[in-house]
Amino acid sequence: MDLVNIKINDVPLQVPKGTTILNAAKKINVKIPTLCHLELECFGIVNKVSSCRVCMVEALGRPTLVPACSEEVYEGLEVKTDSLKAINARRMAVELLLSNHPKDCLVCPKNLDCELQALAQELGVREIHFQGQMMHYEKDTSSYSIVKDANKCVMCRRCETMCNEVQTCNILSAVNRGFDVFVGPAFNMPMAESSCTFCGQCVAVCPTAALTEMNYTRKVWRSLNDPKIHTVVQVAPAIRVAIGEEFGMEPGEVTTGQLAAALRKLGFDGVFDTDFAADLTIMEEASELVHRIQHNGTLPMLTSCCPAWVKFFEHQFPDMLDIPSTCKSPQIMFGTIAKTYYAEKKNLDPKNIQVISVMPCVAKKAEAARPELTKDEHNNVDTVITTRELAAMLKEAGIDFANLEPQSFDSMLGESTGAGVIFGATGGVIEAATRTAYEWITGETLENVDFHALRGMDGLREADVQIGDITLKIGIAHGLGNARRLLEDIRDGKSQYHAIEIMACPGGCIGGGGQPYHHGDMSIIEKRRQAIYKEDAGMARRKSHENKEILALYDEYLGKPYGEKAHELLHTHYTPKDKI
Amino acid sequence: MKPEAQKETISVANLPQEGFLELDQYIETTAKDESVLIHVLHKAQSIFGYLPREVQLYVGRKLNVSGAKVFGVVSFYSYFTTNPVGKHKINVCTGTACYVRGVEKVFDKFKELLAVENGGTTEDKIFTLKDVRCVGACGLAPVVMVDDKVFGHVKPEDVEKIIQQYREAE
Repeated sequence: MDLVNIKINDVPLQVPKGTTILNAAKKINVKIPTLCHLELECFGIVNKVSSCRVCMVEALGRPTLVPACSEEVYEGLEVKTDSLKAINARRMAVELLLSNHPKDCLVCPKNLDCELQALAQELGVREIHFQGQMMHYEKDTSSYSIVKDANKCVMCRRCETMCNEVQTCNILSAVNRGFDVFVGPAFNMPMAESSCTFCGQCVAVCPTAALTEMNYTRKVWRSLNDPKIHTVVQVAPAIRVAIGEEFGMEPGEVTTGQLAAALRKLGFDGVFDTDFAADLTIMEEASELVHRIQHNGTLPMLTSCCPAWVKFFEHQFPDMLDIPSTCKSPQIMFGTIAKTYYAEKKNLDPKNIQVISVMPCVAKKAEAARPELTKDEHNNVDTVITTRELAAMLKEAGIDFANLEPQSFDSMLGESTGAGVIFGATGGVIEAATRTAYEWITGETLENVDFHALRGMDGLREADVQIGDITLKIGIAHGLGNARRLLEDIRDGKSQYHAIEIMACPGGCIGGGGQPYHHGDMSIIEKRRQAIYKEDAGMARRKSHENKEILALYDEYLGKPYGEKAHELLHTHYTPKDKI
Repeated sequence: MKPEAQKETISVANLPQEGFLELDQYIETTAKDESVLIHVLHKAQSIFGYLPREVQLYVGRKLNVSGAKVFGVVSFYSYFTTNPVGKHKINVCTGTACYVRGVEKVFDKFKELLAVENGGTTEDKIFTLKDVRCVGACGLAPVVMVDDKVFGHVKPEDVEKIIQQYREAE
């Protein structure tokens, strides 16, 4: 490795050639502020557009300041990050951004979570010396998932990198030029009309409130306070390892018990776990996989839990709709069971039940509104809020989340196994399915349920699992760009897989667009991932088909897995969609 | 392009089929990828006169470029227009030299007499009025171009005569 000698603020150091000034400075704990910069290690992608000019530093002997995020070091380079010239330049860059940025911080959805706001504070901006024009675009609230407020766009292009390079959805692009520029879809059409999958990764990386989730907390408050409505809540696996962050807890702290207690305090009539529905999904999905393998059905089978992924293949691969599993996602299965089986057992009119989901995801909001999933007289899932929205509600209610005495979920739809919880991480769904398929195919007990080969953070993974005399070939992708590569291989006949799991977000649902903001720190996602597997390891039962409440549900109501009633209630179909 | 103008980003159902054939023939001679996007858009605009939604998407699909990217390029360059244009294009230079020589009053007169705003097309579809940056004829400032013809030293009182000249030819 070629090393070069440089000095940063008079401190000499040696760094590999090709290192950026920003990364070199990190080595000696010199912090250079950034805004547009975003490093996504798990995808090997760096958003390095140098558009914000917030990281300008002085390079001695150079006539102008240089952006530390993209400028590479060279032998003899002397950098000043703390000279008055550099400090003033950085502050001016932020002031100029602020001059054309709404000043409604107090009521902004990103208040105290905004990177521009934090920068203004950090750089000591106390006055904005530039009084100029402001952009006045209409807010796009056309979709169920994402709000786009172009007036708050700072042109960092992080969302574009996510949408185009990581997810390869290609929905977002810079529109216009100069002062009028902002990021939007083709023809500046409403997001709802575009081929957006609503994965929400643009929301996850937006430094300001230019992209945020549609907020449904008011609706949930109204439901909770309506005595005629029986409110049923479900929480997805990924929530329990992330929501603590909103209350000052360490990333990766498992808060399952606090969650159940907090939801009960908020006043939900039924406090349940999506992990239960994840176990139910495995009963159906593993059955479908076994059926397809034993009856020469279409292979590979692709998982269908991730709604962004579902919408992605409908838009991008409309000719391949026979490949995905027909299983509804756990969230939707839960809604269906709540309004049928649960309603019957509780002697409730399903019309008076409202199912509220807490999801790590903004695509789940759009999923709940899909026409084929709402065609019955009542929606299966009524309202979807994200991890962030639930945290906001708990704060509104003054609930001291971190110090709650842990409680359990209610019975009937509340029991779960370790197989259910790992749905929250990439590789988890297929591992859960494998645990069940193994026992069903071989008729033997699976002693070691940990399929380490299926875990990890690599974007594309594959593993062979020996099940009796079948070598099950499994593919795993997280990130839609990686999914696209797998799908293209299938289309070209190059794929040999039996089953493929796909999740749209980095790390799976734990990195979802509705989770507490990671602000580019991908180590947070890794900590959540480890927490998921820790939770799994601590469960008494770790195979979905051993879930007693699931067995009761089949016994009393559904009949056989993958049977007639299960098909009617738990399976769905897909529709080819246009690509714009 | 201002936000208001974008709302008009036109969608037209029945564009001439032979136009697409001509465009196809042109694309065949190119690298057929993102690198030729601007060339192909120029060609498309010369064929159809403007770039409605359908043409942008058509070009995008042919070159494997997303609709968002195509629109990004179209909205970036003021040369491209997404609205139908009139038979004659009146380009008023608002470059520095023309500006200091009083082109603004000339521009206002055009707007008044044609009853259109900047970028607009007259109801009879004869004229489209648009500002352009320096056309490189500063010695003749203020300059107005109608199609390829240059009018120099234009005063507000000349505007009516210029318009009349083209109207009469119709």
